[in-house]
Amino acid sequence: MSKIHVTTTVNGEPTEYLCEAQDSLLDVLRDTLKLTGSKEGCGSGDCGACSITLDGRLVCSCLVLGVEAEGKSIGTIEGVAKGDTLHPIQQKFLEHAALQCGFCTPGLIVAAKALLDSNPNPTETEARFWLAGNLCRCTGYDKIIRAVMDAAAEMRGAAA
Amino acid sequence: MPRLSYAAPATIPDAIKLLSGASGLAKVLSGGTDLLVQLRSGRVKPELIVDTKKLPGIMGIREVNGGFVIGAATSGAAIGEHAGLCAAYPGVVEGTNLIGSTQVQGRASLAGNLCNASPAADSVPAMIAARATAVIVGPSGQREVPVESIVVGPGRTSLAKGEFILEFHLPKPAAHSSDAYLRFIPRTEMDIAVVGCGVNVTLDGNGVCTAARVVLGAVAPTQVVVDAAAKALIGNKLSDKRGTVDFRIKIAGVLARRTAAIAFERAGAR
Repeated sequence: MSKIHVTTTVNGEPTEYLCEAQDSLLDVLRDTLKLTGSKEGCGSGDCGACSITLDGRLVCSCLVLGVEAEGKSIGTIEGVAKGDTLHPIQQKFLEHAALQCGFCTPGLIVAAKALLDSNPNPTETEARFWLAGNLCRCTGYDKIIRAVMDAAAEMRGAAA
Repeated sequence: MPRLSYAAPATIPDAIKLLSGASGLAKVLSGGTDLLVQLRSGRVKPELIVDTKKLPGIMGIREVNGGFVIGAATSGAAIGEHAGLCAAYPGVVEGTNLIGSTQVQGRASLAGNLCNASPAADSVPAMIAARATAVIVGPSGQREVPVESIVVGPGRTSLAKGEFILEFHLPKPAAHSSDAYLRFIPRTEMDIAVVGCGVNVTLDGNGVCTAARVVLGAVAPTQVVVDAAAKALIGNKLSDKRGTVDFRIKIAGVLARRTAAIAFERAGAR
């Protein structure tokens, strides 16, 4: 039996790959497509380090089969910056030092972007609830929340 | 070990044929937030995964005659975004939206939460309290059963080989009725219920309760409707690292009172 052929879209680019039925989308992104920005922390949907969007919906790519991406649109951390220009959320993570080891950062930025895309003016409580599925063992979260709230304010200003 | 196959059939007969024709274990895939964890850990070793999400009607919510039809694989996030459902059944929605993180909500479904058959499943008590029914399809045709008849024990359901849930039906809410769901967890968020409680009440024009259903989760091997709850708590008790039997009995009473108060307030506002 041969591998399964999947046609999908990754960060706006039409993409094809071959995978086994049991391969997670995270395995495909990292090992086959060499998009190693998405991280594997737990592999069981608890830590959020592998966060991506699937047809615009925030999900853990470790909890999606590679074959399920057929005909879908995938958004990963690699698609967040525009060339050399960082997304405002990425810029604010740097300005607020909202990371230490950086392992959780791609997932947090993808998750924060999904929040601000759907809710440009979240309360701090809404931001904390939204990001509760992204674990960080270094920062204590405070700087992350400050960075996200500051990015939201800047993006609202930029849009005004 | 035989190699795992995957199929995403586009018709219900094809899905039934695949599931009932498998010689080894065949698993139904909805959102996958439980199944993929079990696959990875090796706890389940299916030869076939049948992804139901391409089947017509299994994703999405329709209002029908004042009630609701919720596709079995509809995500928790989509359920939380449905204004009509949130207004009519706030307790069902709050129970469903307590399952996991934002990321898990993007995929997790009512059918998955029910058929994973955890005693602590957060969507199930409120669904039972709401008198929800499940439409099951399989080799011997289609049947509609109350949600409480699906789970028969931890990890076990009453579904026969080849059967799966296509959709859930929520009846048109009676006048002056509403619902609520609360759970007790040691943390403030992202945890598994020690006790869960779904309450659905109907009041008359004077605010007097005329009908009520109280359903407890995580206190016994299956969810229990309250008239059976006392017996279930005494005879077939759940005691684990999250809580002892005595603690769960106490908390079940406290939660039932709190949940009922919320449901009463909501029903009175209608």
